Amino acid sequence: MTSPSQTGVAEKSAPGGTESEAPAGLAPRQLMWRRFRRDRTGVISACVVVFFFAVAVLAPVIAWLYGKDPYTTYGLDRPELLDPLTGYPMKPNGGIDGEFWFGIEPKLGRDVLTQLVYGIRTSLLIGLAATVLSTLTGIVIGVVAGYMGGRTDYFLGRLIDLLLSFPQQLFFVAFMPVVTAIFVSPQKETPTYFRVTALVLVLWLLGWMQLARLLRGQVLSLREREFVEAARVTGASPWRIVRKELLPNLVTPILVQSTLMLPNFVTAEAALSFLGVGVVEPTPDWGRMFAKGANFYEGDITYMFFPGIAMVVFVVAFNLLGDSVRDAMDPKTTR
Amino acid sequence: MLRFLARRSLGAIVILILISAITFFLFFALPAEPARLACGKNCDPTSLAMINKNLGLDQPVPVQYWKFMVGIVAGRDFAVGHCAAPCFGYSFVSQEPVWSTIVDRFPTTLSLALGGAAVFLVCGIGIGMIAAWRRGTWIDKFFSSLSLLGASMQIYFVGVLALAWFVSGLGIMDQPAYYPFTDNPAKWFSGMLLPWVVLSLIFMANYSRMTRSQMVEQLQEDHVRTARAKGLSSRTVFFRYAWRGAIAPIITIFGIDLGSLLGGAMVTEYTFTLHGIGRLAVESVQLTDLPMLMGVMLVSSAAIVVFNILVDAAYAFIDPRVRLA
Repeated sequence: MTSPSQTGVAEKSAPGGTESEAPAGLAPRQLMWRRFRRDRTGVISACVVVFFFAVAVLAPVIAWLYGKDPYTTYGLDRPELLDPLTGYPMKPNGGIDGEFWFGIEPKLGRDVLTQLVYGIRTSLLIGLAATVLSTLTGIVIGVVAGYMGGRTDYFLGRLIDLLLSFPQQLFFVAFMPVVTAIFVSPQKETPTYFRVTALVLVLWLLGWMQLARLLRGQVLSLREREFVEAARVTGASPWRIVRKELLPNLVTPILVQSTLMLPNFVTAEAALSFLGVGVVEPTPDWGRMFAKGANFYEGDITYMFFPGIAMVVFVVAFNLLGDSVRDAMDPKTTR
Repeated sequence: MLRFLARRSLGAIVILILISAITFFLFFALPAEPARLACGKNCDPTSLAMINKNLGLDQPVPVQYWKFMVGIVAGRDFAVGHCAAPCFGYSFVSQEPVWSTIVDRFPTTLSLALGGAAVFLVCGIGIGMIAAWRRGTWIDKFFSSLSLLGASMQIYFVGVLALAWFVSGLGIMDQPAYYPFTDNPAKWFSGMLLPWVVLSLIFMANYSRMTRSQMVEQLQEDHVRTARAKGLSSRTVFFRYAWRGAIAPIITIFGIDLGSLLGGAMVTEYTFTLHGIGRLAVESVQLTDLPMLMGVMLVSSAAIVVFNILVDAAYAFIDPRVRLA
């Protein structure tokens, strides 16, 4: 929280020397940025996260520089790459060489590096869209429930309870075909953009409750504070109170929660694709690579290795980043 | 206590009815023709009409829902015959009764969930306690980094890796499979060992992190300081005083985890080809087997809701500060 009482704490935590020349004049945001910059773990994980996003955004550029694409079946076009009997790459370690840096896919012989790069793009896009939608929904419902109170709060609270008692993973899996069936007739092929939209919808539908519940509690206590009271007495409209008084005080939980939300959505999406109900062939997808890899783990585990390591690094970086953001914004927390 | 249980059970039934209603309407009202899904590839209008009639799909959806709910409580008569008391209808694909399929699959899920839960609860809390006990030392740092790593692992990666290394690579572990415990306990154990270990690796991290932070917090509480001031040994303070307060939130998470595991650990069961409830759900989705999916959904929700109540009841026993109204 960035309440006025915090400046004292922040002043104390700023070390002497050049940085503490005028600590009282710094905005909370600047103080936070200073604290964050000093946290080496946080900075490194932020760099890793930025790297992943850069890879996702620059996927076509990377593929162009590297000279391959995720769809071409190089192994089928050039029979010397794959073992004709088993379909596994001829060269050891999944066919890693100067040409195919991360090896080639067994059976079809597609390039692993470009599949991974484009897969990260798909997964991050879905995860990001679901995070943005869930965060916005969480903010709106949490603030409305907390600020309005009374009957609105009661019913929104029950709605949250109800949605929280849904078996989440099962819901994701079960409603994918239903959401698809509403818009696309079962006889027709489902277009890829629609599958992606359906995934985002399903993740969003059950993704916002935790944040909403958290914010409701925060708003409930903020509402009674003097500065909100003062704003109300001076005749500020509810919209202004929410925007100018409440939301600035909710930035920390919102930011921390959404940093933790994104990797959850990305892994959930990957799990769906792994189970065969998310993104399907031939669209490259992070989770779909695990589904493929699970089919031929006995002959070629290398195929699964790079997406797996990439995902572990990604999730670790995000978790560390979330911790660092929280530490920077709320220096009182002990670890 | 009894009043609390009664009130919560009533609430649970309301929630289950709501979930069933929402699910049912989404499944049977929204898709254009559910019967077409039951009909298969070579579907002509006559057989479609017959399926509609046999399964009662030609009636309005609220009527269907009412019959479905009555069927669960009292059984139901279809054109093909009688379906006994907990009747969730028949599978579109295998034509088997949904309930008996779920009952068949349940022991696998139960073994996986209980065994896995035992391992990750004991190891997770143990590691968390050690880390809190030796806070700030290299032991703490080591376990904290390990937990972070574990929490960032995914079963669909670690599980497959474990299969490749330990089962087909080194051959030191058996191919995961379910054997009934009553037939052959040794085989049951060796068949479930790998899934338990992998499941625990991922869940454990969460528990050790939480145990550690809870213990650290509790050790600064007033009642712990009082106990210290009284001159109690640090072991007593640690295990009799701090532990009690720290364990309550862990029980909450445990209840939620166990509930959802009993409702089917989909990714785990899918990775290790275990034919439990979770795999049943995935298969039903792939085949668009709506009645089966409906049944699994309800059973899983029931497991979650029941375990939430059990957790709240368990609170009162563990933490003397909590009194149930």
